[in-house]
Amino acid sequence: MTNSTQPGILKGEAMMRTQPAAAAPKRAPFDEALARKMRRRGQKSRYSWLVPTLYIIFLMLPIYWLVNMSFKTNQEILGSFTLFPSNPTLRNYMVIFTDYSWYSGYINSIIYVVMNTVISVAVALPAAYAFSRYRFLGDKHLFFWLLTNRMAPPAVFALPFLQLYSAFGLVDTHIAVALAHCLFNVPLAVWILEGFMSGVPKEIDETAYIDGYSFPRFFVKIFMPLISSGIGVAAFFCFMFSWVELLIARTLTTTAAKPIASTMTRTVSASGLDWGVLAAAGVLTIIPGALVIYFVRNYIAKGFALGRV
Amino acid sequence: MEKTWNNKAWFLVLPVLLLVGFSAVIPLMTVVNYSVQDTFGNNVFFWSGLTWFEQVLHSRRFHEALLRNLAFSFTILAIQIPLGIFIALNMPRKGIGVPICLVLMALPLLIPWNVVGTIWQVFGRVDIGLLGRTLAAMGINYNYATDPVAAWVTVIVMDVWHWTSLVVLLCYAGLVSIPDAYYQAAKIDGASRWSVFRYIQLPKMHRVLLIAVLLRFMDSFMIYTEPFVVTGGGPGSTTTFLSIDLVKMAIGQFDLGPAAAMSIIYFLIILLLSWVFYTVMTNYDSGR
Repeated sequence: MTNSTQPGILKGEAMMRTQPAAAAPKRAPFDEALARKMRRRGQKSRYSWLVPTLYIIFLMLPIYWLVNMSFKTNQEILGSFTLFPSNPTLRNYMVIFTDYSWYSGYINSIIYVVMNTVISVAVALPAAYAFSRYRFLGDKHLFFWLLTNRMAPPAVFALPFLQLYSAFGLVDTHIAVALAHCLFNVPLAVWILEGFMSGVPKEIDETAYIDGYSFPRFFVKIFMPLISSGIGVAAFFCFMFSWVELLIARTLTTTAAKPIASTMTRTVSASGLDWGVLAAAGVLTIIPGALVIYFVRNYIAKGFALGRV
Repeated sequence: MEKTWNNKAWFLVLPVLLLVGFSAVIPLMTVVNYSVQDTFGNNVFFWSGLTWFEQVLHSRRFHEALLRNLAFSFTILAIQIPLGIFIALNMPRKGIGVPICLVLMALPLLIPWNVVGTIWQVFGRVDIGLLGRTLAAMGINYNYATDPVAAWVTVIVMDVWHWTSLVVLLCYAGLVSIPDAYYQAAKIDGASRWSVFRYIQLPKMHRVLLIAVLLRFMDSFMIYTEPFVVTGGGPGSTTTFLSIDLVKMAIGQFDLGPAAAMSIIYFLIILLLSWVFYTVMTNYDSGR
C-alpha cells in the first residue's frame, strides 16, 4: 500500500499504530492545529476555491444557455442576442404539455425506464448475493462475461435487436426497449450490488440461519434492509443509464413507444425551426436527474465505477 | 471475505443468465451468422467464409474510423485525467461547499446523451449560440458544420464538459480516504506540496485513476450519440467514429455482411479492453 522508500509515510503509519485507540478522541489540540495547518499549507493555497468555481461555471454555461432559450420566443432567439429573455414566455413548455406527440415521448420514456429498472434490480439482487457470498463453477467467467455486456457498444447490437424483437412481434413496445436495456443495466446492477453486499459481514447471514431463518425470509427481512442504500443506488443508475440511452431505444421504436430523446432528434432534422420548443424539451429531460442527484451525491463515484471505489 | 464453495448458487444467478443471455447471446449469434454469409436479396444467403473480415480489415474506411476513434480517445484522456486530478485536489473537504460541488459537477453526467449533443449544437451555433456568437465577436472563424478543426474542437470540448466530472468524482473519493496522520507525517518531514502530491495523494488515487482511465477509454471508444447529434459525423467524415460508421453501414446502407464483420472486430477489441478492466478490478478487490 505505501511505498517503503518513503520514510515520512512510514512514520505516519507508525504514529497511527503507537497511538492507543482510546486516545484518539481526545487528540491534543496541537495535533488538530497541525492537521488544519497542513490541510491549508500542504495541499491547498488560499485561492483553491477558484478552481472548482471556474469549472462549475464552465459546466453551467451551456445549460444556462439552454434554459435561457427555453423561455424565449423564436423571434427573439433568431432575431436578437440577449443574455436574458426580454419578455419571458412559457409558450414552449405549453406546446410540449399540450401536444400529444411531445408529451407522449416523456410518458413512453418513463414507462420503459421504470420497467427496466424494476427488472434489472429484481434479477440482479439474488445474483449479486451469489457472487458476493459463494464460489461456484465458472463464477469468475460469468462475472467477466457480465462486464463485457456492460462495455459492449450499443451500435453492435442495434440491428440484431431489431431483428430479434421483430421475430417476436415486440417492435415498438415498451417491454422491448426495457428488455434491450437490460443488456447493460443488469450487469451494472449486479456489479454495484455486489460491491455493497461485500461490505456486509458474513456473520450476519450465519447468525440468521442459526436462528432458523429460511433463505428467502432472511434475504427480504434482514439482508435487503441492510443494503437498502445499495439498492437505491443501483436503481438510480439503472434508471439513469436507461434514460440517457438513445441509439437502441430509437432503433426499436417507431411511434407507439417512441422515447422523448427520439422525438427531439426528429424535430432537429426535419424542421430545425422551433428552437424554443427544442430547448424546453431538453430542459425537461434534465429535470429527473437533477431532482434525485442530491440523494445519491455520495455514491455517484461508486455507481459510475461499477461499485468499485 | 472468505467465500464458501457452493454450486447451488447457480440457481441465484440463473435469472440474470437467462435475461442477459437472451439480450446478448442471440443477437451476437445473428451478427456472427451475417458476418460469414453473403446475399443477393430475398433472404437467400450463402456461405462466404471470411471474405467480409478480410474486406473490412483491409478497407481504408475502417482504418480511418479506428484511427480517428483512437485519436479522439487519447486526446480526451490527455485532457480529462490531469484536469480531473487538478480539480479534485482543489475541492473543499468539508462544509457546505462539498454537496454543492458534488451535485453541480455530477449534473452533466445525468443528462441524456442526445440532449448533451443538442446543448452543444445550440451553444456553438454562430447565429444563436453563446459560444459561437462570442467567438465570432472575437474575430475567430468558427463553424463546426463546415470546418473540420472546429468540429473536432467542439466534439472534444463537449466530451470534456460531459465526462471530466467522472474523473473528478473518482479522484475525490480516493482523496477523502487519506487519513490526516499522513499529512501530519509529511508536515513533520517538511515535505513540499509536490512531495505530498507525489508520495501521498497520487499513490492513494492510483486505483481510482486506473478505473477512471479504463472507463473513460472504453466509453469514448463507443461514443455515438453526442457527436452524431452535433456534427452527424461530418464535415465529410472527419468526425465519423467507429460506432457512427458502423450504424451508417448497418442501418443506413444495409450492408449486413461488412457491418457484421466490423461489429465482431469491434467487439473483440472491446473484449480485450474489458479483460484488462476486469483484471485490474479483481486485483483491487483481492487487496481490499
